[in-house]
Amino acid sequence: MGKEKNKEVMLKVLRSIRPYWFLVVLSFVMAAVTVALTLYVPILIGYAVDEIVAAGNVNFPGVWAIIKQIVVVIVITALSQWLMNVCNNRITFRVIKDIRTKAFHRLENLPLKYVDSHQYGDVVSRIVSDVDQFSDGLLMGLTQLFSGVITIIGTLAFMLYLNWIIALVVVIITPLSLFVARFIAQRTYTMFHKQSETRGKLTSLIDEMIGNQKVVQAFGYEDDALKRFDKINETLGEFSLKATFFSSITNPATRFVNGVVYAGVGIVGAIAAVNGVLTVGRLTSFLSYANQYTKPFNEISGVITELQNALASAARVFELMEEEPQIPDAEDAVVLADVDGNVEMDHVYFSYTPEQKLIEDFNLNVKPGQRIAIVGPTGCGKSTIINLLMRFYDVDDGCVKVEGEDIRHITRESLRDNYGMVLQETWLKSGTIRENIIYGKPDASEEEMILASKAAHAHSFIKRLPQGYDTVITEDGGNLSQGQKQLLCIARVMLCLPPMLILDEATSSIDTRTEIRIQKAFAKMMQGRTSFIVAHRLSTIKEADVILVMNNGNIIEQGTHEELLAQNGFYANLYNSQFAL
Amino acid sequence: MRSLLRYLGSYKKESVLAPLFKLLEALFELFVPLVMARIIDIGIKNGDIGYILQMGGLLILLGIIGLVCSLTAQYFAAKAAVGFGTALRHDLFQHIQSLSYSEVDTVGTSTLITRMTSDINQVQSGVNLFLRLFMRSPFIVFGAMIMAFTIDWKAAMIFVITIPALSVVVFGIMLISIPMYRKVQSRLDRVTQLTRENLVGARVIRAFNRQKDERENFTEANALLMKVQVFVGKITALLNPVTYIIINVAIVVLLWVGANQVNNGIILQGAVVALVNYMSQILVELVKLANLIINITKSLACANRIQNVMELKPSLTEYSTTEVKETNSETYIEFDHVTFAYQNAKEPSLTDISFKVKKGQTIGIIGGTGSGKSSLINLIPRFYDATEGKITVGGTDIKNYPLNQIRTMVGIVPQKAVLFKGTIAENMRWGKKDATEVEMMEALRTAQAAEVVEGKEGRLNADILQGGKNLSGGQRQRLTIARALVKKPEILILDDSASALDYATDAKLRKAIKQMDRNMTVFIVSQRSTTIQYADQIIVLDDGKIVGIGTHEELLRSCEVYQEIYYSQFPKEGRQNG
Repeated sequence: MGKEKNKEVMLKVLRSIRPYWFLVVLSFVMAAVTVALTLYVPILIGYAVDEIVAAGNVNFPGVWAIIKQIVVVIVITALSQWLMNVCNNRITFRVIKDIRTKAFHRLENLPLKYVDSHQYGDVVSRIVSDVDQFSDGLLMGLTQLFSGVITIIGTLAFMLYLNWIIALVVVIITPLSLFVARFIAQRTYTMFHKQSETRGKLTSLIDEMIGNQKVVQAFGYEDDALKRFDKINETLGEFSLKATFFSSITNPATRFVNGVVYAGVGIVGAIAAVNGVLTVGRLTSFLSYANQYTKPFNEISGVITELQNALASAARVFELMEEEPQIPDAEDAVVLADVDGNVEMDHVYFSYTPEQKLIEDFNLNVKPGQRIAIVGPTGCGKSTIINLLMRFYDVDDGCVKVEGEDIRHITRESLRDNYGMVLQETWLKSGTIRENIIYGKPDASEEEMILASKAAHAHSFIKRLPQGYDTVITEDGGNLSQGQKQLLCIARVMLCLPPMLILDEATSSIDTRTEIRIQKAFAKMMQGRTSFIVAHRLSTIKEADVILVMNNGNIIEQGTHEELLAQNGFYANLYNSQFAL
Repeated sequence: MRSLLRYLGSYKKESVLAPLFKLLEALFELFVPLVMARIIDIGIKNGDIGYILQMGGLLILLGIIGLVCSLTAQYFAAKAAVGFGTALRHDLFQHIQSLSYSEVDTVGTSTLITRMTSDINQVQSGVNLFLRLFMRSPFIVFGAMIMAFTIDWKAAMIFVITIPALSVVVFGIMLISIPMYRKVQSRLDRVTQLTRENLVGARVIRAFNRQKDERENFTEANALLMKVQVFVGKITALLNPVTYIIINVAIVVLLWVGANQVNNGIILQGAVVALVNYMSQILVELVKLANLIINITKSLACANRIQNVMELKPSLTEYSTTEVKETNSETYIEFDHVTFAYQNAKEPSLTDISFKVKKGQTIGIIGGTGSGKSSLINLIPRFYDATEGKITVGGTDIKNYPLNQIRTMVGIVPQKAVLFKGTIAENMRWGKKDATEVEMMEALRTAQAAEVVEGKEGRLNADILQGGKNLSGGQRQRLTIARALVKKPEILILDDSASALDYATDAKLRKAIKQMDRNMTVFIVSQRSTTIQYADQIIVLDDGKIVGIGTHEELLRSCEVYQEIYYSQFPKEGRQNG
């Protein structure tokens, strides 16, 4: 990442923290107070030790006075430490909440093009883990960095104040620990990298073999799978051993450097004491500084990598938040009311990517109450037509009209309110069956809901579920069969009963007997309403008023079932192939 | 956990030596304050610079010995933990592979995968940490106290009071906060779930104009998450200040008691410094211990989950490993009053199924969603065992076949077209390890997949991505059919495996299979009546029972369900147009 970009991200980060500037300042002040007082305590202890010289030579009033001071300092330190923690907590979690909410709001406003062209996992990780990383790393990191730096400066200052020669010893030996840490970190990094690479390989093998265990068993592939597994597992073992070992060196190594600093201070300090330059109490203070002086250095080097990660995460989050939203509704957009079902597509051109032309000069005129069926091979553009009708995507050229009005001049809400849609990809919310059915009409009554379910032939299977309509289904209805999920999606639409209907392979997983019954129900409900049906099964669409046969983004044939058969073209071919053999 | 410990068995030496060396390191660490006390009390007091240098050298020596000990300990711990993980991973993988369909159904594959991956990793690092720290931290805590006793018992009493007080605070805060972290996690899961849902369901949400409600839902879930996070934060924010107060108050008391003892000539000045040092050591180790306990608890939970999988017994037993010789009987496959219920299911999925199949026949199986079609064909390669009744192949009960033999005889094309990462050839060779290019191409041609291969660069060596993502649904299905055909099975089962093919290709496929081998018995499961129309026998299933069996013409005359299915796809005049 470039320096410029880092700066830019940093600025955005600061902007998101701005509402909490007071807490931030308070936290920094408290951090400074905490560090200063923490460093002051060893000095006080040293003074006390100096008052305890030898038998019969203890200055009790002096010790008592110092002890009183220490207690006051301790209480203030603890208080400011607590306040600092509380401030940091507040800032962190509030900023997380703000950013998550903002990111999610943006998500709801992004064009579907964004949603379709990005992996879900990627977007989810931006909103969930990247935001976490960002707040942990950045906010906590910043405060740690701050208190680390103050600790180092403060310790140095106190040490210089006590005795500059010994301070010099500490300053000279300490960088050693940094070198050691850096050296180990580099080794560890390569090993960890190799370990996680191998782990990734192993996971994807496990994913494939265990995930498809049924196929593995059907082909008696178990032994081969185990062999492949063992090979990777062994390599993983080798890398893991090295990675684990190298990373666990860090602590003993820094402890050792600490020990050397301690010994150095001990020797030089003792000699100084013998020469009368230093008292025993000061030496005690020095020793406790020596014990903790390397700690902030190690912390800071850790914090810096953490900060880099956090910045990268922040950049990813901001990228999502700054994504171009969908074009807002035109100011003079009309609210679509009293729809009869006149739909027109006028010289429409559309493609997902400019390089790959899809729909060119597409014309269609649908009159109220017509049933339009769209058939054709996979990838011919059937679902694209639906994307355009619902205005999930905007046309490149030409226009789509409803009741003679260009849909770009209609509010999205009112346009979509007039369509009911069932897609092949059944999507259900995690929640109860009831919540799912009334999704499009949250104020529906119990009777309405049951009526819709009955029409969709879903009532009988719902009744058989453990809690009936209150059965909770998991994310994307995992515990229902594909056919049952489709029935629920149909019930969901039947409850709303919009003037126009779109069924995109809506009954593909439902057996044909049930399908016919559902179609009859639809036919009754949709009397006089316009509907679009996309289907693979020709039996599904035979009754349509107009069948559009599409190929390569164009309508190549158009007419009723009988007319098309008489034409003896593409459709007739498709239809007759059912009876081949 | 206990039974998982046997995986440490091959690393007994390492598992003992690691904590032992760790103890040695801790021991040397405990000497440091004592040496320092001597420097003060003897070296400085007598102005003996030689002694000071000597003791200083000793300090560095102690450091070096400590470093060596601890590196040795770390190495042994890493070796034992990694070895443990590797062996456990191997066994668990092998064990999972031995589980039958029933267990996989009940446990779920995604659970099994997590057990294999993150759970084992967590246990492995838990073992590593445990070997390194479980002895060290308590040793230093109590060691410091004992050292204090060697200096002065009165001063040591302060340790006796401080250690429990610190423990109560550190462990108390942990005990309170751990369950709350679980709550944080579950609320975070909810936020993740909502985000995911809104991506996957973007079209439906917009179609129903529910964006505003979704936004409100999210904002609410997010606020709930923040609330619990802040609450936990408030509690853990207490940890540092409170322990700081306890430790430093203890030091203050130590100073006062020390002052008295020095005044009475019981101890020397340097001893007071040593006592203060020991006190500081305790806090660091207690915090480490607390972290260790958190980690160990997590690892134990993971270990238990792994243990649960290990304890699953495959419900299928291999009764015999001697290959069954084929006998020439008129009936090749027979279902004899077979009833089958899935594990934990209340109602059987198949009830009293009986039919006979001659060698080389094509059997169509048709019925509505959930009528038991797939359950029926899954019984033939013994993926599940019938609950009642008997299935024979070639006159022998399939339970008496070695599992491997029966599964080699059967080529099955499952509903879900699954391909594996690798080349097309590698996928084809799943059916037959030594299949030649000619054999593979032949199978591909029969499966109508030759064009798929020819359209790819590198043909048979073209790469397939994981899950066959770089192929269309129809292409995947045809390749899975070819994979089953490569092994020239005696029984071929197509479980609705042509659903993504258009009718023309479907028809060509059936024709090619028919021409392939006169002796191959074929089962075709389908919802399309055209697909099974020309089968020698059609079995009509409804609600797990056979409601009709016979040829298309017979069934059309006599079987009501069949008529209903057929006419739902071909309203009466349909045939004339065909």
